Amino acid sequence: MATTKLSRNASIDELYTAARGGNRRALGRLLTLVERGGRDAETIGELANPDAGAAHIVGITGAPGAGKSTLTGRLVVHLAGAGRRPAVLAVDPSSPLTGGAILGDRIRMSDTTEDLTVAPEVGDRTFIRSMATRGHSGGLALAVPLAVRLFDAMGYDPVIIETVGVGQVEVDVVAAADTAVVVMTPGMGDAVQANKAGLLEVADVFVVNKADRPGANDVRRDLDLMLDLSHLTGQDTTDGGDGYRPPIVMCSALEGTGEADVWAAVEAHLISLDERGQRLRRRHHRIRTEVRARMSQALANRIDEAMDSDVGRELVAHVTDGALSPTGASAKLLDALLGPQLEPGLDPRSEPRS
Amino acid sequence: MAGTDLPLRVVLAKLGLDGHDRGIKVVARILRDAGMEVIYLGLRQTTDSIVAAAEQEDADAIGLSMHNAGHMTLGPNMVKALRDAELEIPVIIGGIVPDDDVQPLLDAGIAAVLGPGASAEEVAQTVRDAVSAAV
Ligand SMILES: Nc1nc2c(ncn2[C@@H]2O[C@H](COP(=O)(O)OP(=O)(O)OP(=O)(O)O)[C@@H](O)[C@H]2O)c(=O)[nH]1
Ligand SMILES: [Mg+2]
Repeated sequence: MATTKLSRNASIDELYTAARGGNRRALGRLLTLVERGGRDAETIGELANPDAGAAHIVGITGAPGAGKSTLTGRLVVHLAGAGRRPAVLAVDPSSPLTGGAILGDRIRMSDTTEDLTVAPEVGDRTFIRSMATRGHSGGLALAVPLAVRLFDAMGYDPVIIETVGVGQVEVDVVAAADTAVVVMTPGMGDAVQANKAGLLEVADVFVVNKADRPGANDVRRDLDLMLDLSHLTGQDTTDGGDGYRPPIVMCSALEGTGEADVWAAVEAHLISLDERGQRLRRRHHRIRTEVRARMSQALANRIDEAMDSDVGRELVAHVTDGALSPTGASAKLLDALLGPQLEPGLDPRSEPRS
Repeated sequence: MAGTDLPLRVVLAKLGLDGHDRGIKVVARILRDAGMEVIYLGLRQTTDSIVAAAEQEDADAIGLSMHNAGHMTLGPNMVKALRDAELEIPVIIGGIVPDDDVQPLLDAGIAAVLGPGASAEEVAQTVRDAVSAAV
């Protein structure tokens, strides 16, 4: 099936060109380089940037076991059947002890919908990649937006990101999507849990999955009540509080009922974003989050270098001797690193341009 | 700035209709505990579905669990499907394989064969060795 011959030590440029030409193995390798980070990842980002921007980016989150992967599998088959080219980035946690991981989303996506692995007209239009969190959540904040941009640049649309809605980074990732889908299930106070995790604020579409089970209507009612409340108290800041109310869609991913409704609600949200002039605002927010994450990473690297430098070692020694306080040492190192702190009111535009 | 080293990524699957998944689940945990990332495909996979997953996941190795005596055809079929897709990914077979079949499987391009008695350390080391031999 490979369309282009690919050498083992193909350059990033060659990989990118091959991937654009439909070589899935090349795209698989590029995604690994993106995960690895560093220079290669940056190069890939630069290549993908001009080709990206068209895809609808959809985040799917919810409690562990809510049925996110099963639903994603259904959506993918539905979308591919409708002539779309969906890509999925499935993020699963790594073991904090060993750094290893069992990435099980992929099997869940396919085990109720054989079409995904058996029907070539679905498989050929679809790309699914599993990604482990690797403990360092900072890495995730860098790798996910890059991987999404790469899928986008390859013409995949929509790009679906599945994350477990537990950590802040995971929630941020989903909140930075065009459309954030929060999956709930019948069970002990799911709506309350989601509220605590900050998921209610980020949701653009609620899915009550496992609607084949008793209690699904209770979840819908609880959610409705919470949405009423946040409306009343003015806490409904979704999309700048301009009156968008997230719909609640019932579905059973297991039985394959409701995924078309879920997708219709996701599409309706995108149209609503456009109508309210909010799509650009989302994009700004997403880019801001990414630029900030990249700066944090770059600064953290420079701080590590500074700590290991002669000056860094000397300052730490002075603190150990009692000649300097930790605060003093940190201020000196920061000065060395960044120059004296920006004065308040300093107008960056008055800086000479280079 | 160079990127960080990534854990090995291993696709684990069962080919064909054989329905035992106890062994493969144990292997999944062994490899995770050895610091690897396991892309678990589970039962009833085909050579095509494994190739597709290995491509998308950029797998470093593929582990096939076999308990139904189909290894002499399925193993070489897997190797051929990977070659056809121009993927040079080592295939390791685990499960019940008679001693006499081991050498023919290795001759057919299977990287290693692990019996049911293999220790956790042996399993992990066999995967690591197969990956380094393939690079
Ligand atoms: N009854 C019922 N079970 C479902 C439904 N959807 C998913 N499940 C089951 O719920 C379990 C978890 O499904 P997944 O799709 O893996 O859930 P997930 O949210 O992706 O799980 P994590 O990624 O581990 O957080 C599986 O056993 C599914 O078969 C549904 O609509 N009804
Ligand atoms: Mg999942």
